[in-house]
Amino acid sequence: MTNPAPLNDNELESVMEINDRTRGLNYDENLLWEKEHNDTAGVDLVPIAGTKSRTGVAQRGNIGLPQVSEPEVVRHFVRLSTKNYSIDSGFFPLGSCTMKHNPRLNEKVARLPGLSMIHPLQPESTVQGAIKIMYELQNWLAELTNLPGICLTPAAGAHGELAGVMTIRRAHDAKGHTQKTIMLVPDSAHGTNPATAKMCGYDIRVIPTKETGRVTVEAFKEALYATDPKGDDIAGMMVTNPNTCGLFETDIADVVDLLHEAGGYFYCDGANFNALVGKIRPGDFGVDVMHINLHKTFSTPHGGGGPGSGPICVAETLRPYIPTPIVVKEGDKYRFERDGERETSCGRLKGYQGQFGMHVRALSYMLSHGADGLKQVSEDAVLNANYISAMLKDDYHAPFEGPCMHEALFTEKYQAEKGVTTLDVAKALIEYGMHPMTVYFPLVVNGAMLVEPTETEGKDELDRFINVMKKIAYDVRSGDTEKFHDYPQAAPVKRLDELKAAREPKLRWQSV
Amino acid sequence: MRYLPQTKAARKEMMDAIGIDHVDELFVQVPKKAFVDGKCDLPDHKGELEIERIMTSYANENNHAQQNRFFLGAGVYYHHIPASVDYIIQRSEFLTAYTPYQPEIAQGTLQYLFEFQTFIAQITGQEVANASLYDGATSMAEAALMAMRITKRSKVCLGNNIHPQYNEVLETYLRNNEGAESYEANESTDAVQDDTACVIIQSPDFFGKPHVYDAWRKICDEKGALLVVVINEIVSLGMLPPPADADIVCGEAQSIGVPMGFGGPHLGFFACRQKYIRQMPGRVCGETVDADGNRGFVLTLSTREQHIRREKATSNICTNQGLCALAFTVHMSLLGEDGFKQLATLNHEAACKLADAVESIKGVKLVNDTFFNEFAIELPEGNNANDVVQALADKNIIAGYPANENTILLTATEIVTDNGINALVEGFKEVLK
Repeated sequence: MTNPAPLNDNELESVMEINDRTRGLNYDENLLWEKEHNDTAGVDLVPIAGTKSRTGVAQRGNIGLPQVSEPEVVRHFVRLSTKNYSIDSGFFPLGSCTMKHNPRLNEKVARLPGLSMIHPLQPESTVQGAIKIMYELQNWLAELTNLPGICLTPAAGAHGELAGVMTIRRAHDAKGHTQKTIMLVPDSAHGTNPATAKMCGYDIRVIPTKETGRVTVEAFKEALYATDPKGDDIAGMMVTNPNTCGLFETDIADVVDLLHEAGGYFYCDGANFNALVGKIRPGDFGVDVMHINLHKTFSTPHGGGGPGSGPICVAETLRPYIPTPIVVKEGDKYRFERDGERETSCGRLKGYQGQFGMHVRALSYMLSHGADGLKQVSEDAVLNANYISAMLKDDYHAPFEGPCMHEALFTEKYQAEKGVTTLDVAKALIEYGMHPMTVYFPLVVNGAMLVEPTETEGKDELDRFINVMKKIAYDVRSGDTEKFHDYPQAAPVKRLDELKAAREPKLRWQSV
Repeated sequence: MRYLPQTKAARKEMMDAIGIDHVDELFVQVPKKAFVDGKCDLPDHKGELEIERIMTSYANENNHAQQNRFFLGAGVYYHHIPASVDYIIQRSEFLTAYTPYQPEIAQGTLQYLFEFQTFIAQITGQEVANASLYDGATSMAEAALMAMRITKRSKVCLGNNIHPQYNEVLETYLRNNEGAESYEANESTDAVQDDTACVIIQSPDFFGKPHVYDAWRKICDEKGALLVVVINEIVSLGMLPPPADADIVCGEAQSIGVPMGFGGPHLGFFACRQKYIRQMPGRVCGETVDADGNRGFVLTLSTREQHIRREKATSNICTNQGLCALAFTVHMSLLGEDGFKQLATLNHEAACKLADAVESIKGVKLVNDTFFNEFAIELPEGNNANDVVQALADKNIIAGYPANENTILLTATEIVTDNGINALVEGFKEVLK
């Protein structure tokens, strides 16, 4: 037996390097392209026969793709997963995003071969069950919104907005109302609202809401009649209700009457439908079109940024104009509209029939809750937000009065006096093992912090968040502020240089 | 209700803290008429068992791919998905994360998006790619809008046979842009004019024929138009030359890692030249460093986007297809260089076999003699494509897509077997007049 040789300098350096970034359960994980290129792939396919090519074009050469075995692939992605925060691992109070529990049942049913392994262009006689699911979902959405015209095809919230505003535009065009060129949008709106209206060819007129956080009748009238005494150049308005400040628009009934009088349509951004579901129906407060984010209110998983699904629900008057295809029932058979069947439609907005997998999950969620459970959803969501609001009102500045709906808005005002910003508070929450709230949105207040707890958190979890927020506020008040600028320390990476990323864009791996 | 953790006691305590007696006091600002009287007219909540029964009964009314001989494509392809793909995408940390707005606790998502962008750029032969769009049809529409922004022109030239639904979506997107319109070139480069913003070429085209781009590149350069290539079977790029000369390459990547799922969710992709990145739609992930100088990833170039630019944004896109991009990335990692090419070749070989087999049927003609994994056949006179497809469906053969009166598009992927091909041929012989 010989004594083992000590590590040479290279070996030692490699261990130090590993230990520098990989400790305990924290892994440093390089890119796939930086791994050793394996002789064989991570799949075993049958051998090729060597048939003479009939493509009529040259054969592709080397692509430069990485090549690793299956265990290496699995380990790579599992390690990456440990660097993510998720709703399954903790409280996720991201305002306007409705990060609620995603039941696994919905994943299970969406994977039934009869629902996942069917083709959108199969003969309709072979997919009656799938079309029936879409029809059922249309019915649930119609009842929950009291808006009878449903189109399920939009792929996400912003796509639903596009569908909705195109519907409005199509309705005006059909009536020859070409003078209606302006869309009213409050300054508190999601950025997708003005971006969408622009894509539909509208000019944007902003309604200021800074003073009360709401669209007041006075401010609305000023915007409505600014260039025409009857508001005849107004195509409609896009308002989120409850709005992005977490408030219900108290003047909405009067505002909508004036808008309708001027011949405009009310587009309601449904991002905040979780505050209303099962209890309040948008069709009953004057909404003409609304998109519903199935990946918010109806709990289809966000998946790190999609897939979402943004069906639109419209009033009877707009029904002829919604995008194609919609599901129709004839006797006991279900089918999609045929091409050209509804000439008034604003057209096709997506390939095939929409994000069907999300439709399945959403219907499963709705059936799980039922009419009774959904009502409890909105009540608990609103109660949770108001509890947070009540408990933190002395520590954080609440810019607007009155009970909030399902999210509570604070600003950095008190903390900023000590040099601590909203971003610092957010990064401190990470340090305490929690996902931050939505920051710097809405834009109508300085340093916004928008907290949406959702109904799937119990009081204990809310109290934990409240206590952490109070501790942060206490530290700031006590002048213990220096540390905030260096947070987070405990995350897989420290604060990232976003300016560098934008100035020197590096959007892919490249061999050196 | 199993998903709601609040107890009656906790609700009471919270209401006391707020200073209310009933939760309805929090809804005082809502007009009375908007409240549902009691409950909505819908059934009450149900347990898991009941829901599984209901959803299974819906599923059982469908005739799915595994129960059939399957030859349908037309933009959505039936491929095998390795088991690890679905396992990885169901990891809670990926499935239940939000868009990575807080990068320090979303490096998992951001790194796979960076890897996804790299895969797409390499496969398409382009310099950069974004982090996904909704689907192939919307990505083509976004490409046309981007070309219009760059060239400040408003005519979109459809160069060859493009997926009809893609054209419909484009038409919808263009409708509200003053002066914008699309027109067909029927494969003639003469159609490219001085006011053409871009030429769109699909390859393989809707009938499955692969195309080369040299002549289109030349005319685009002469006329100052952009060349957009749309791909709806991305597996083809394991065999066909990449559209590296295009200005924008967009399309559908469902074939790698994403089930057909009755039309969605699928996976739009978008790649282009580096010089155009500030005009690109959708989310983009970029590399940077953290406070210690270590590598990290963030969403970047957000000054193009709606949450910053509002009505001046390049697109209104927000949530897109993150998890489908992960499925693609995992599947591509498993395939690797050799596996991706082998998969492509297996698809082509299956299609060659299928072509030989159907050509042997009396009266059936191949429309395109060059193809990748899909081609069109013409039926003998007196046969209606829809009726034939329906008749074969009744025999558990999903035969293809009736492209017009007497033409059917047939697809063969790695899943097709010799027995399946024989069954299709026999089926055709039985139903064809």
